[in-house]
Amino acid sequence: MADRPAQLIACHDCDLLQREIFLNPGCTATCRRCGAVLYRNATDSINRTLAYTVAASILFVIANLFPILSIEMGGDRAGITLYGAVLSLWDQGFQAVSVVVLLTTIIMPAIQLSSMAFLLVPLEFDQVPFRYTLYVRTLQYVQPWSMVEVFLLGVLVSLVKLTHNFKVIPGVALWSFAMLTLLIAAVASSFSARDVWARLDRITGRGVSS
Amino acid sequence: MSQSVSAAGQGLCSCHVCNLVSRLERPSVAAHCPRCGTRLHFRQPGSVSRCWALLIAAYILYIPSNLLVMMETGSLISYRKDTIMSGIVHLWKTGSEIIALIVFAASVVIPLLKLISLTVLLVSVQRRSGWHPRQRARLYRMIELVGRWSMLDVYVVTLLATLVQLGSMAIVKAGPASIAFGAVVILTMFASKQFDPRLIWDPLQNEEFHD
Repeated sequence: MADRPAQLIACHDCDLLQREIFLNPGCTATCRRCGAVLYRNATDSINRTLAYTVAASILFVIANLFPILSIEMGGDRAGITLYGAVLSLWDQGFQAVSVVVLLTTIIMPAIQLSSMAFLLVPLEFDQVPFRYTLYVRTLQYVQPWSMVEVFLLGVLVSLVKLTHNFKVIPGVALWSFAMLTLLIAAVASSFSARDVWARLDRITGRGVSS
Repeated sequence: MSQSVSAAGQGLCSCHVCNLVSRLERPSVAAHCPRCGTRLHFRQPGSVSRCWALLIAAYILYIPSNLLVMMETGSLISYRKDTIMSGIVHLWKTGSEIIALIVFAASVVIPLLKLISLTVLLVSVQRRSGWHPRQRARLYRMIELVGRWSMLDVYVVTLLATLVQLGSMAIVKAGPASIAFGAVVILTMFASKQFDPRLIWDPLQNEEFHD
């Protein structure tokens, strides 16, 4: 990406004022005082992040439509989807917990993936995304609350607990969640807000003075 | 370290959304980032007091989350009510040592680590301590990273309570501790979000910033 050296940058963790330096692709600049990551030169960030986002969105839909686990008892097979689990918890009187599960495993990841798409699709075609600040800000707030990887570990722990007493059959959604976890990690690691702002500055022709 | 200059010390403010550094002419007036329009602050407003409030609430709920029942499991031959800790012990005894360790790390070690670390960070910041700032910064980054994994037990209870409900031979019910525990996880996540790590470094430059 277009690098803008000699620009001032303040570490978000310790507020140390530093000058940006040019980075080779794949390298990371860290704060010289506190060691926080300042920025990365993520290779081809917008393109790759968009690709991962599209793939993750498809898997997200599959993961939510199909059963995660099924148990078999006396010839009967009973499976649950994620949303089914949320509903059942609500019916058992644990509304607060069920809302938390709904938010962290369905709504937040959905917001995360859709904001990413709203932001990156126009940028890919050199257009200025509608209300882009909103999406960047949303991504920042939503990221810690999207807990697909924790949920996946929860499914695996449940699987082991259940195999003591039941015959458990992993469902399609379990594999989808596993892939989704990897893809969301890929989205997070290839996304670079700095590249997004650099692209926006280029498109709008707005030179950033420091 | 002696020549370290903080942005705020120069009247410069870094936007927390787009990282653009801009000059705040009159800090008393509400200023907005010229690039993305976000409200600019030298430091997160009310960081320490808000963090304390959330942390104290988390401490209070930590007690019922460990004393109350997390999960009830019953079958034709046995019936048990488990707290978080007794559930882990039961897992260990029934031969799932690895799972017991994972749940122990997520449900016991991480919440305690977060509560204690945030308390240490807040006290040190309030006393304007210059004690190992790099280590404290690293501690903060670590709790930000691992905090979310505490949610594990909430998901396990959700899945088990739903799935076993469907079968007829056995029953699994969520217990009231799941509400308290979920609240502890969320409150500590909000608390660590509220904490502004830049406050760790301000005493080193003999600076003090608000807002």
